[in-house]
Amino acid sequence: MAPNDTGIGASVRRREDYRFLTGQGTYTDDINRPNQTYAWIVRSPHAHATIKSVDTKAAKAAPGVIAVYTGEDFKAINGLPCGWLVHSRDGKPMIEPKHPILAHGKVRHVGDPVAVVIAETKAQARDAAEKIAIDYAALPAAGDMKAALAPGAKPVHDEAPGNLCFDWELGDKAATDAAFSKAARVVKLDLVNNRLVPNAMEPRAAIGEYDRATGEHTLYTTSQNPHVIRLLMGAFVLGLPEHKLRVVAPDVGGGFGSKIYHYAEEAIVTWASKQVGRPIKWTAERSESFMSDAHGRDHVTHAELALDKDGKFLGFKSETLANMGGYLSTFAPCIPTYLHGTLLAGNYATPAIWTNVKAVFTNTVPVDAYRGAGRPEATFILERIIDKAARELKMDPAELRRRNYIKPEQFPYQTPVALVYDTGNYHATLDQVLKLSDAAGYEKRKAESKARGKLRGRGIASYIEACGIAPSNVVGSLGARAGLYEAANVRVNPTGNVTVFTGSHAHGQGHETTFAQVVSTMLGIPMDQVEISHGDTNRVPFGMGTYGSRSIAVGGTAIVKALDKIIAKGKKIAAHLMEAAEADIEFKDGKFTVAGTDKSTPFGAVALAAYVPHKYPLETLEPGLDETAFYDPKNFTFPAGSYVCEVEVDPETGVVEVQSFAAADDFGRLINPMIVEGQVHGGLGQGIGQALLETCVYDKDGQLQTGSYMDYTMPRADDLPSFKVAHSVTACTHNPLGVKGCGEAGAIGAPPTVINAVIDALSEYGVTHLDMPATPHRVWQAIQAAQPAKR
Amino acid sequence: MPTVNLTVNGKAVSANVEARTLLVNLLREQLGLTGTHVGCDTSQCGACVVHVDGKSVKACTLLAVQANGSKVTTIEGLASGDKLHPMQEAFREHHGLQCGFCTPGMVMSAVCLAQNHPNLTEKDVREGLEGNLCRCTGYHNIVQAVLAGAQAMRR
Ligand code: FES
Ligand code: FES
Repeated sequence: MAPNDTGIGASVRRREDYRFLTGQGTYTDDINRPNQTYAWIVRSPHAHATIKSVDTKAAKAAPGVIAVYTGEDFKAINGLPCGWLVHSRDGKPMIEPKHPILAHGKVRHVGDPVAVVIAETKAQARDAAEKIAIDYAALPAAGDMKAALAPGAKPVHDEAPGNLCFDWELGDKAATDAAFSKAARVVKLDLVNNRLVPNAMEPRAAIGEYDRATGEHTLYTTSQNPHVIRLLMGAFVLGLPEHKLRVVAPDVGGGFGSKIYHYAEEAIVTWASKQVGRPIKWTAERSESFMSDAHGRDHVTHAELALDKDGKFLGFKSETLANMGGYLSTFAPCIPTYLHGTLLAGNYATPAIWTNVKAVFTNTVPVDAYRGAGRPEATFILERIIDKAARELKMDPAELRRRNYIKPEQFPYQTPVALVYDTGNYHATLDQVLKLSDAAGYEKRKAESKARGKLRGRGIASYIEACGIAPSNVVGSLGARAGLYEAANVRVNPTGNVTVFTGSHAHGQGHETTFAQVVSTMLGIPMDQVEISHGDTNRVPFGMGTYGSRSIAVGGTAIVKALDKIIAKGKKIAAHLMEAAEADIEFKDGKFTVAGTDKSTPFGAVALAAYVPHKYPLETLEPGLDETAFYDPKNFTFPAGSYVCEVEVDPETGVVEVQSFAAADDFGRLINPMIVEGQVHGGLGQGIGQALLETCVYDKDGQLQTGSYMDYTMPRADDLPSFKVAHSVTACTHNPLGVKGCGEAGAIGAPPTVINAVIDALSEYGVTHLDMPATPHRVWQAIQAAQPAKR
Repeated sequence: MPTVNLTVNGKAVSANVEARTLLVNLLREQLGLTGTHVGCDTSQCGACVVHVDGKSVKACTLLAVQANGSKVTTIEGLASGDKLHPMQEAFREHHGLQCGFCTPGMVMSAVCLAQNHPNLTEKDVREGLEGNLCRCTGYHNIVQAVLAGAQAMRR
């Protein structure tokens, strides 16, 4: 059926927009509670130091100060929990040191919280914070993994003497070694996946409030998953039962992973608001975000690809060091392992794969999921090494990929690294992107660039990601300490309009629109009769939140399951109203009809009958029309695609300009193509940012060198091109909407595409690899280092 | 404490502020106009852009006392009643916003940009919005929106 103007498949304009465009959004910092106080957090200026003493006397006496707390006050309180337990290859569990709410005895990264001041105003809290005297004894610090692993390096945690958190492997090493021994060619590559700072535009914030009359705590927080925070903070940190703890994540200004985790400040304002008996607000300044939001990526990898004489992949292996930072953040151990190692088959039918990942503690901010989370790192390795192979074989990089893709008829496809891809068509997205990017006209454009003294390069990359996270029993067996289903409650109101409470959380994704399209289509009622509610644990039954491109595939399916129950109950009611057999009732276009007759009852009449049950089968059926469903996905979903980028390099300055970017994705069925394209654009922006501009730098002593927008290069409008995007569809086989998720694709596929283009542009200088970001300085140096004859 | 007198969204306002109070704090905390956002502490994100006497200004970079006597327009004052300003409408139509956090500043900058450039090109828009960061949209749809909004403003 062709989409109507608001149904599934229509680019409905977002209902969220009016409030955001008129300044009526309600972000956490916009909320003010009666009698509110303000918190200011004192953070460590040292990467690694012993805290010898903390003197708070002067601060406590400062104007407006209500309380000052230090690590001593939190000594008996649990630390921040880690949600994933990874086992090393020798069977030992990862080393999991305590992550204190406020540092006690020792600080482990610049920005580690040491004390908190609560005062009448933010300015007073900040002024008083400067009066706290902390005596630190600096210790040798590990600013990167190399320093942390060097013999004799000072341990970040005494429990981990060599700074190794775990040493994990996946795949069949013997089979992979055997494949390499038969290879006609082995291609090797060393690469770095640069450390990034997520930088959602809304800085984190939290308000804690305690009601002495009811004993209820409320936490307003910038979170992608309020129920997860309620569980982690309530059960594992502060020991607060769920029924006395309400967590609200109102409008949230972007997350990209960084707002999944349970952070210390949430526990601080919740705990302290009870101590001082007043609400407490904390809002990060951007410089605090840089040193306290979990960072992303930071992998160092050696990879090898074995090929036969025809360019067929025989085997792949990689060894990766993954930075965990100073403590384990909520999902950290899962990112380089189960979201990275398992993706190393990529889009290819490589028969033997083995990978080893060593996770390392360093004196840096914790590292965790950032848009793509593990999958960009895997894709970057594969797509760079394949490109290198194509260059060595003097083969068209598109052809080499095509030759090795899993073929459409091979699905479902069991990879050698644990996943079963249900469906896909990689040849289709490749053909589509070649056309979209006008591959045929490339040589002409290259000649034009050359005439202007510029080097033009063209890069191609394919990607696959595992989304729709995740089947609970599978992730449970891999170390997850929680289920990863989603919940939805569909409340049909007496006059037939509908409120849906979803455990997914939107912080830019537009669920209020997309989910309403699904409900409106399924119930055959106008979209404006559907309201989507999320973000409040007191309203939504439960929820695991939004990350890993899971909202439509898991959260959307939970809504569909609840709607199925609504329709099933509606059929019973309609059968009674029309005096027909339940089996004869059909539901379509908002009407219950008796099959083969012209008798029908509209949805609204059934809803009314459920709430005014005068003519109603009360002996066999409860009144009301309100259903909840939990959906646990059967498998991951596997969005995939191919991207092409063209760049121009100025050989005099090393400046790289992205001339064009084309993306062809297969996200399964699309609910709202406009929103999907917006997600792709955003991901591409971040992916191009990683490739050309962004990098988080610590010096060797663990001092953060990129601590603000003065020195961390965020992509701006004039750094990016307009994008060309296209879609093809293979519907997901195991969820009713056939959807796969689209949130991370761009950030996964763009970095190798851009770097492949840069390397292509520099190929005449013999440059075979550059680490990200390909800044003018790096590119210029690579050109200068080329053989003088070629310069 | 100094007193500042200004006109905000057409209304005369008078407030006592600490001398160090920034215009953005006055707007958000004392006047309750929370549509103007704070996204950084180095004057680089543009989430705080408002119009001061018709010019787009980063409200985190101006002391409230410096705005004494000025006419300030914030995102809350842009629409006329329920009718969105053409630039707001264009952002909605072209999906120029996702999380909405950068949006007020982005729209205020865009309005000023359109007023100052009668014939905006894509390049003008990209360069003109250089002071406004957005982490969600990759700017593609923002650029489309500003081009369309600028055209609608001339109608
Ligand atoms: S708050 Fe970032 S520029 Fe004003
Ligand atoms: S829409 Fe989220 S930062 Fe621009």
